[in-house]
Amino acid sequence: MLLTITTTHMPADDLGFLLHKHPAKIQSVALTAGQVHIFYPEVSAERCTVALLLDMDPVALVRNAGPQGSDFALEQYVNDRPYVCSSLMSAGIAKGLSSALNGRCKDKPELIGVAMPFTVRVSVLPVRGGEALLQSLFAPLGYTINAVQHPLDPAFPEWGSSRYFTVELTHTLTLQQLLSHLYVLIPVCDNSKHYWVAKDEVDKLLQKGKDWLETHPARELIVRRYLKNQRVLANQVLEVLFQHEGTNVQEPDNIAEEDQEPTSLPIHERRLQAVRDELLVAGAKRVVDLGCGEGKLLKLLMTERQFGYLLGMDVSYRALEIAKDKLKMDRMTDKQRERIQLIHGSLTYRDQRLEGFDAAALVEVIEHLDAPRLKALEQTIFEFAKPQLVVITSPNAEYNIRFENLPAGQLRHGDHRFEWTRKEFETWATAIAVRYGYHVSFKPVGDADPVVGAISQMAVFSQPVPQPGLE
Amino acid sequence: MSTNSHIHIPAFCLVVLIGATGSGKSTFARKYFKTTEIVSSDTCRGLVSDDENNQTASADAFALARYLVGMRLKNGLLTVVDATNVQEEGRKDWIRLAREYHCLPIAIILNMPEKLCAQRNAARPDRNFGRHVIPQHISQLKRSFRKLKYEGFRQIIELWSLEEVEALSDIVRDPLYNDKKAVSGPFDIIGDVHGCYDELATLLTRLGYQYNDNLWNHPAGRKAVFVGDLVDRGPKTPAVLELVMNMTAAGSAYCVPGNHDAKLLKWLKGKDVQARHGLEESIDQLSLQTQEFRDRVKDFLDGLVSHYVFDQGKLVVAHAGLKENMHGRGSGAVREFCMYGETTGEIDEFGLPVRYNWAIEYKGKATVVYGHTPVPEAQWLNNTIDIDTGCVFGGQLTALRYPERELVSVAAAQVYCVPAKPLYPVKEVGVPLTMQQESDRVLDIADFTGRQIVETSLGRNITIREEHSMAALEVMSRFAINPQWLIYLPPTMSPAKTSTLKDYLEFPTEAFDYYKEAGISKVVCQEKHMGSRAVVIVGKDENAISRAFGITGEGIGTIYTRTGRAFFSDKAMEQALLQRVNTALHASSFYETFRSDWVCLDVELMPWSAKAQALLQSQYAAVGTAATNALKDVNVVLQQLADRDPNGQALLVEYQSREQEAEQFIAAYRQYCWPVNSIEDYKLAPFHILATEGKQWTSEHHEWHMENISKICLADPAIMQTTPYKVVSLNDEASIHEATEWWLSSTATGGEGMVVKPYNFIEKYAKGIVQPAIKIRGREYLRIIYGPEYTSPENLERLKVRGLHAKRGLAMREFALGVEGLQRFVDKEPLRRVHQCVFGVLAMECEPVDPRL
Repeated sequence: MLLTITTTHMPADDLGFLLHKHPAKIQSVALTAGQVHIFYPEVSAERCTVALLLDMDPVALVRNAGPQGSDFALEQYVNDRPYVCSSLMSAGIAKGLSSALNGRCKDKPELIGVAMPFTVRVSVLPVRGGEALLQSLFAPLGYTINAVQHPLDPAFPEWGSSRYFTVELTHTLTLQQLLSHLYVLIPVCDNSKHYWVAKDEVDKLLQKGKDWLETHPARELIVRRYLKNQRVLANQVLEVLFQHEGTNVQEPDNIAEEDQEPTSLPIHERRLQAVRDELLVAGAKRVVDLGCGEGKLLKLLMTERQFGYLLGMDVSYRALEIAKDKLKMDRMTDKQRERIQLIHGSLTYRDQRLEGFDAAALVEVIEHLDAPRLKALEQTIFEFAKPQLVVITSPNAEYNIRFENLPAGQLRHGDHRFEWTRKEFETWATAIAVRYGYHVSFKPVGDADPVVGAISQMAVFSQPVPQPGLE
Repeated sequence: MSTNSHIHIPAFCLVVLIGATGSGKSTFARKYFKTTEIVSSDTCRGLVSDDENNQTASADAFALARYLVGMRLKNGLLTVVDATNVQEEGRKDWIRLAREYHCLPIAIILNMPEKLCAQRNAARPDRNFGRHVIPQHISQLKRSFRKLKYEGFRQIIELWSLEEVEALSDIVRDPLYNDKKAVSGPFDIIGDVHGCYDELATLLTRLGYQYNDNLWNHPAGRKAVFVGDLVDRGPKTPAVLELVMNMTAAGSAYCVPGNHDAKLLKWLKGKDVQARHGLEESIDQLSLQTQEFRDRVKDFLDGLVSHYVFDQGKLVVAHAGLKENMHGRGSGAVREFCMYGETTGEIDEFGLPVRYNWAIEYKGKATVVYGHTPVPEAQWLNNTIDIDTGCVFGGQLTALRYPERELVSVAAAQVYCVPAKPLYPVKEVGVPLTMQQESDRVLDIADFTGRQIVETSLGRNITIREEHSMAALEVMSRFAINPQWLIYLPPTMSPAKTSTLKDYLEFPTEAFDYYKEAGISKVVCQEKHMGSRAVVIVGKDENAISRAFGITGEGIGTIYTRTGRAFFSDKAMEQALLQRVNTALHASSFYETFRSDWVCLDVELMPWSAKAQALLQSQYAAVGTAATNALKDVNVVLQQLADRDPNGQALLVEYQSREQEAEQFIAAYRQYCWPVNSIEDYKLAPFHILATEGKQWTSEHHEWHMENISKICLADPAIMQTTPYKVVSLNDEASIHEATEWWLSSTATGGEGMVVKPYNFIEKYAKGIVQPAIKIRGREYLRIIYGPEYTSPENLERLKVRGLHAKRGLAMREFALGVEGLQRFVDKEPLRRVHQCVFGVLAMECEPVDPRL
């Protein structure tokens, strides 16, 4: 909401020339859904402070968000945007102080290159990542950081801290450098949806960061956060930045999972391969992937000739849309299309469409159901769909202590309802096998640790094959 | 033939016209049938090729014709095929379709002279077939005559000349034999008798029938319906036959044939049958009777109709039951099903055919009553009931009274026959689930996908759009509790129309006006608790829950949210709270008063912070702390500015008022938060008694609910809270004024607001259902909905433009669905039918509506 920049450079009121804003005036510059007031709370030769005060219109802010923005979430209407320094403040800098940001000073051009002592105060700055993030962003650029974190509500100390800081930054540098740092790093701290991310943001970022971003140790994070939710754009920037280094910039498919499961990128591949191998060995031809998500397993299975027909089912229609896209379903030939189909469905309702399959795979699915609902899942699969082979994988909870970033007792993923030890998983699976006449065996997925086992565990259920001629 | 001859055909059949080109089939069809009943090959040729005479389009045209005929027959509509049909090849398809849809195929042959056909074709310039076509058709037709019966036509009507066609005045449609829709009973439907005459006589007596002049009759005109298997195994088959024959002849009973009756008929007709499975007893007993009696039995059994459809189609009786697509239809397959049910062809360990229980998948509207398979107890399953309780095996002879749906049974005097399979299975421990509950353990997805239409008793058919049912499926699957608990989801509630007062967005006046305009004179105003809406189900013990809900091992009840999610992640806390409620219900004699051992309550559960902790912290507290901390700094620099520049004064004033609004915002949400450390930190405020055993209580007015609830609350005031309320007469200005003042004073001290409801739970007016409740939220409370600064005049002015139409529509539809779901549950309907309503509410909630309303 408020950004003040104070200098003690002598004479301090040179700041007015540099900013192209007369210290005696209160100026207001229009922004989308509001305005920024620029004024000087103190002006003297010894000390001069300029303030940028955002005056956002909360009603217009929602209405201007447009069709994508108005997704009818209540958060839209009661939100922190009018009170914080976010990309809206960057917009205020760009609009209100464009000359200074671009290194122009008509009246005293000699001041442009002069490093001056500056103290910046930001009220308030939302920071995802806490003080450590502030340090990692500003310390490498030479700032001294003084940050005060505010509690969520002093009346409820048990609620803990908020993500809002009042931050003071001190450094001696040119005004243009200072503004370009603030312009890029304020939204990076915030890491929220921007109101203005567009293609030309790439150019803006490259331009504002040209002197310092390439050597900044946190550059990847800066780029990704700055271009929040614009993964295609993010790759473009990383490619431009890293073009001389030959760095592979392929991102993992699921950022959320990467955040939650620190080492899961290779393990998920291994999990899928392990499941594929079980399906191959069993000679399954018609396979259903229950909870297929974005279709990674299906993609892997598509390449195997053995699998004559693949059905992917997921409860999330959105995930299916992504799967359709990733599998390039629209561009498939008729022959390919005959081999694969995606359906919207649920594992807690019996479903005739799931009958008649050789095998069913449930890769990291069961832990997304509340434990009491597993009974319905069990019936859907083992009582009604009855495939010859069922392969189920699930996290091995014992392994969790091996994740350095995972606090004890916390689950790996925000939507996991439980994570089982090997004993719990095996007890559950064995009881099912007994009830429905399957044989079950267990295998670790990933390298097995002698104490806690592998990262993930797999149960393979098979029905005894009827012997022709014995009947 | 006379000039006004009639022909008779069944009211539902497939009429296949047969005749050469030019024989006048289309004219004939148009004269006696509705245009929509005729599927013509020429029309189909036109539809697929733009040319009705294009013979090269025949393959596609017939594919279309078959499709049309199939669709019509599926829907039970008489259909006429207008094509030459002179070749067996072509007729085969129609026979096959008729069989598939259990419809009688009828042939009507127009056997016209060649000359006439040729003349007619010559008159039509578009028909220039070769000269050979007509003679060829006629010779094929002649060759067909003998074959038609063997091809499967059940009736063959030949018209030999133009005169005969012209003399025909009408084609009369006779109802099918099984069609007794006009007969509405009341009935007493009686299970498999198997020669148990004594038990039958006792049962009839108990049902109120009287025996006079060799005939059983009911003084009130009730009709007996026998589900068949009158004979075999038991001691007095001839007496049973005599009784039933007399009753049916006198019109006081109906009877459908069982498989045993059919086999006996074969024997009576002199066919070779093995005298097994009790037939030997019948043969022995009948051999002692006269030939005349045996002939009467033969004619009686021969005349039995496979099944009956009674009471406007609401009741179907068949020996072994009947699938919906066979109701009121006629075919060999229907007869077979009626007699034997669905078998898989396998033989079980007792040497009996494995029966597939068709009733598990039955979703029809008609009640189906049947016998055939002896069961230890007659139980409803998906609106069907097997009333063969194995009298001859030493069980009982059971009758179902319809429409009362009461069961009346007489125990067998002895075991007349030892069953191959034990009649009573080994008892399991605990409360056994009913067949319905057993079959309801898993729902079928096919019942909930796609566009759904739910019929509700509040007079509206409610449509659920496909995209919303998809969203609901995801929410239900990922987050909801066991659907057996979910008998009700609360409807959304609309606020009052926007106030015309300058400083208010909502004010009581508009709610009172709404109800007044709807013609309502009395309303109830209830204080709105600031908690979370929840549904509480609690039973005396786990057995009570198992009996009523079919749920075992999930405790004595549940507490769930508006979206069907478990309210508590801590199961022990949930059960402890439910135990307190249970104790209060006991203490207040609720269970005795309501003759129920469970209850479902609509409640508000406080504190709000208990459930909405995440929302509170991430939204409200976050905004509050951001706003106050930022504005504090802002006002420091603005003060500095104002001190040296008077032009800064205006900004200072503005931002000082914003700082104050931010503090009011924090004060507003803090009202509804308190830490929860023990069970007594929770407060439960019930406001509706939704349902108890066999009854849902939306028939009672709100004061009744408030009074009965306050009795429960008094039993445990530490966790149960009554809801302050006022009854307001809308014709009395003083009463309205008092309620308005009440709202003003309560919201001034931090109250959330109030809910205004019509005095009666359900009120209807010309436009349908009146809004069941309207909320009027307090000025300060709305700050946490519309944002800290919503009260500033320029914001309020813009916020006042809000449309309520969508919200009101949803509230009404969700309310109707809610009441319907409860009714279906207390009526013990299949879970599928209850879940449809609950699923519907959830789907409606997936519709995008302004969440601030």
